[in-house]
Amino acid sequence: MSDTTEPLKLFEKKERIFPKRVWGKYRKIKWVAMVALLSIYYLAPFLRWDRGELAPDQAILIDMAAQRAYFFFIEIWPQEVYYLTGILILAAIGLFLVTSLFGRVWCGYACPQTVWTDLFVWVERIIQGDRTKRLKLYKAPWSFEKVWKLSLTHAVWLIIGLFTGGAWVFYFNDAPTLLEQIVHLDVPWSVLSWVIALTGSTYLMAGYAREQVCTYMCPYARFQSAMFDKDTLIIGYDEERGEKRGKHKKGESWEGRGHCIDCTACVQVCPMGIDIRDGLQMECIACGLCVDACNDVMHKLELPEGLIRYDTTSNQESRRKGFAATFKVLRPRSFYYATIIAVVGGTILYGLLTRSETELHVLHDRNPLFVQLSDGGIRNGYDIKILNKTHEDRVFNLVTKGLAGATIRVQGAGHLDVHALTVFADSVGHYRVFITAPKPAKKRAEITFILSDTSGRAQQFYEGIFMSGRP
Amino acid sequence: MTHENRKVDDVTGTETTGHEWDGITELDTPMPRWWLIVFYVCIIWAVGYWVVYPAWPTLSGDGERGGTVGTAGWTQYEELEEAQAEIVARRAVYQSRFDEASFDEIRSDEALYAFAIAGGKAAFGDNCATCHGTGGAGASGFPNLNDDDWLWGGSVDDIYQTIRYGIRSNSDETRFSQMPAFADMLSQDEIVKIADFIVATAAGQSVLEEGQGLYADQCSVCHGDTAKGMQDFGAPNLSDAIWFYGSSQNEIVAQIRNPKHGIMPAWEGRLSASAIRQLTIYVHSLGGGE
Repeated sequence: MSDTTEPLKLFEKKERIFPKRVWGKYRKIKWVAMVALLSIYYLAPFLRWDRGELAPDQAILIDMAAQRAYFFFIEIWPQEVYYLTGILILAAIGLFLVTSLFGRVWCGYACPQTVWTDLFVWVERIIQGDRTKRLKLYKAPWSFEKVWKLSLTHAVWLIIGLFTGGAWVFYFNDAPTLLEQIVHLDVPWSVLSWVIALTGSTYLMAGYAREQVCTYMCPYARFQSAMFDKDTLIIGYDEERGEKRGKHKKGESWEGRGHCIDCTACVQVCPMGIDIRDGLQMECIACGLCVDACNDVMHKLELPEGLIRYDTTSNQESRRKGFAATFKVLRPRSFYYATIIAVVGGTILYGLLTRSETELHVLHDRNPLFVQLSDGGIRNGYDIKILNKTHEDRVFNLVTKGLAGATIRVQGAGHLDVHALTVFADSVGHYRVFITAPKPAKKRAEITFILSDTSGRAQQFYEGIFMSGRP
Repeated sequence: MTHENRKVDDVTGTETTGHEWDGITELDTPMPRWWLIVFYVCIIWAVGYWVVYPAWPTLSGDGERGGTVGTAGWTQYEELEEAQAEIVARRAVYQSRFDEASFDEIRSDEALYAFAIAGGKAAFGDNCATCHGTGGAGASGFPNLNDDDWLWGGSVDDIYQTIRYGIRSNSDETRFSQMPAFADMLSQDEIVKIADFIVATAAGQSVLEEGQGLYADQCSVCHGDTAKGMQDFGAPNLSDAIWFYGSSQNEIVAQIRNPKHGIMPAWEGRLSASAIRQLTIYVHSLGGGE
């Protein structure tokens, strides 16, 4: 420790990072991942899926107004939102599993923050040139060149942001209809505000905040260390081989020195602005660009690849001790995570496969619990809800079983028939039903409601009660 | 902070806070500057908010209900009024149709029926539930409106009439009936015999002749020869399972000796014509409507 002489510094100015262009295996994977992921994001709302005349034909749609969510063959109602919970659990545990196996590959390749930042950096490079040119332009005084280059960059960023926000709203509206509205500048205010908000956030997060999001905002980046162990894949610098680093002239012997020529290629390409040779750091998103950069240098020096590479802490340790490298993909935690995924995924799948197209709910009146009739009989009132999740209007027959002498009638406008209750497509039928019976022996008798579809679909049962005295 | 103890950590190059626990020191990593800027922007935003929106309470009670008004002139009270006006406007469509429709038309029109039930239920809770209970199940002396036994008739028109003018109310059109007090006219023994006859009739047992004779002389004028009651006079049916003031011999004797008479107020003039019509449909829908 040394004594401080500098004045107290409570707040730190963000250091601008100008990642250098790099080409190699991992950069290639990143390009492919970027194109694939962005294509899915921008194009998925335009996928169609036929659900019949009365339902929307958009494959992925969250219809807030009609309170329905559609995902290809899956369709859920608001009360089935637990499927969404299940999917979120799957996503979280899936992330845990991938992290325990391959480290922060999500951060490096698939996270929207990474993907859009990557895209923005690409735009920046196309317009302003590579790292050195960008640095120079950044430090240069204001000039015509600087103004137009920066303006163009920001304009393109905003356009990308606009598309990002624009694509988002397509998931909540019929995409072709909304697209037409947008083309004619006839956009609902609710949609417009979302587009503006997401344009702004994309521009801000991918244009300015960038690595600050991963370092300061993202909770996942922080708690990922809980999923790390000695066998987790990380970006590792081979210290044994690299040190002692130093400049190297062509033809010089490699004896008595390390393979790292201190060219700082790995530092220059890093989108997080760190030096991987300092060891694993929490900023590292494991994107592998430094690996590409270093391998490129090693090729030129005709040295073997892998001075910086995807590695594990236990590999590094065994190498140091002179043992062969071992790579343990499957560990107990991998199995724990996989088991949770299997259980949750299986439950969701079971739920979806056994999901009923019809539901019957019977609510017994609380006040009055029962009504004494003049002939000595008893009447109970019920609110009946029939959920018709199909996309066609259906007619149902409601009968009861298990109560001697019970008669059933439905109360409502016009002449309703309890044996022909209409429930419209994709909606809930609500009926008021009275059951009258001679006073049963038990104060709280059981009664079974049986709902059958006149088209002969499976019957629905509901075990209800029939009260004839105060409990 | 103990500035004297602040040191720069060799590994990270960051200052420490100066706190030390058994050789472990705490790094004082500087906050990002953009964070500070966001903080200041929030403060500026808050000040702007005070100016534009109602924010500060005032001692005088002037302004928007005792607070500063704000340059935007926006208040939640106004928003509430607008929302309520919107509901009234939306309801007006049905209201005018409802007011023009007959009871039969309302009962065969799904939208009007639902409108009547919703409005009637609310009006019932506010005005009728005090005596008849929130579910309309009544209590001793207060009729149950769910059952199929009606003192003054259970058709829509009968119910409408009852709600409008009440029973033994101060309205000129009121339904009125009064059972005489038999304590002065009959002996206790005769009253008990009539009560026994009524209990036996209601239970469907063989009837006692003596009581039957007394009943025919004294009671059948209003309650009918077969004790089925008469809705024209509001005379209860004495042969069924539903009892207004209790079904035991004691309770029946008490009622014959010195009858109790309930009063239902007339609602015409107190409630709007529409509310009374909605209440009629609602009460009729409870299950006993004829």
